[in-house]
Amino acid sequence: MCTYSTEKVALERSSGKTREGWQAMSEATVYYDHPVHAPDAHTVNIDFLGGTPGSRVAVELSLESARELLKALEVTVERAQFH
Amino acid sequence: MRYDAIIAETTGIRGHGDELIEAYTARPLDPGPHPGMIVIHHMPGYDRESKEITRRFATMGYAAICPNLYTREAPDAEPDDAAATARAQGGVPDERFVGDARGAAAWLRSLANATGAVGAIGFCSGGRQAVLAGIDVDLQATVDCYGAFVVGTPPEGFPLQVSPLADRVPELGAPLLGLFGNDDSYPSPDQVDELEKILQEHGKTYEFHRYDGAGHAFFSVDRPSYRPEAAVDGWRKIADFLARHLVTDVVGSN
Repeated sequence: MCTYSTEKVALERSSGKTREGWQAMSEATVYYDHPVHAPDAHTVNIDFLGGTPGSRVAVELSLESARELLKALEVTVERAQFH
Repeated sequence: MRYDAIIAETTGIRGHGDELIEAYTARPLDPGPHPGMIVIHHMPGYDRESKEITRRFATMGYAAICPNLYTREAPDAEPDDAAATARAQGGVPDERFVGDARGAAAWLRSLANATGAVGAIGFCSGGRQAVLAGIDVDLQATVDCYGAFVVGTPPEGFPLQVSPLADRVPELGAPLLGLFGNDDSYPSPDQVDELEKILQEHGKTYEFHRYDGAGHAFFSVDRPSYRPEAAVDGWRKIADFLARHLVTDVVGSN
């Protein structure tokens, strides 16, 4: 299955460490599709995108790992309001 | 001893809007003449696997070319970065793809030892584009390997610039070979049925083969989706189909 389905998020005041060092990240795309490297047929893929195609921070997560990451993000964002 | 040699190299071709785009070509070194094949890469881009497929067609006796459909978004980027950039920007617009495919066909026909017959093959998103090329480009054969959204409607909020081609299938000029996995969801077996019905209704020359125990991307040798039985039989069907439509038939008599 090639879902093509893609969620896009505009990023503000965000950075990522690329192969060329730290850069501002302007957009994230999230999609469930074939990975390039991870060993499953489909993975939850997140691309943090900067100014050029090469300035990308990419991860390919197994579905289970993506669920765990989602929980961790929720907990962390929830806690942040008490800081 | 049979002489078995090809040349494979990067080249520039004129695509949509007469723009220079990158392409990878592989051609037999025997004098020919040779029919041409356009290899339309899958959504992950103009990658090592797409280049391997291009070389395979050269070993089968075709002058082959694979245009880098992401040249404009990501010139000289690594294939996975280029694919991610193209995805974020909504994919390849149909009009631009058609222009690039016409450019690839013209490049193949300009070769001194071309027969003039040109076919296309596409995988995944390229499968849909292979059908589109069969409609909008002068081709003598086209091969759709599990292309989604030839029929069927993309889900709401779908960010890519693809629309179904069902209403344009009556304009299909090239004979069509379709290869599908019965475990695929995009395209689903129902969607393959729907496409077949439209082809039948309009008297199109086509042949479909559907494989049990195979899903999407069963030709991809380096992915878990690889299904050797389906892939080996599929390559046989491709060779046979192209031999009939690009080699046996004289150009102009199709």
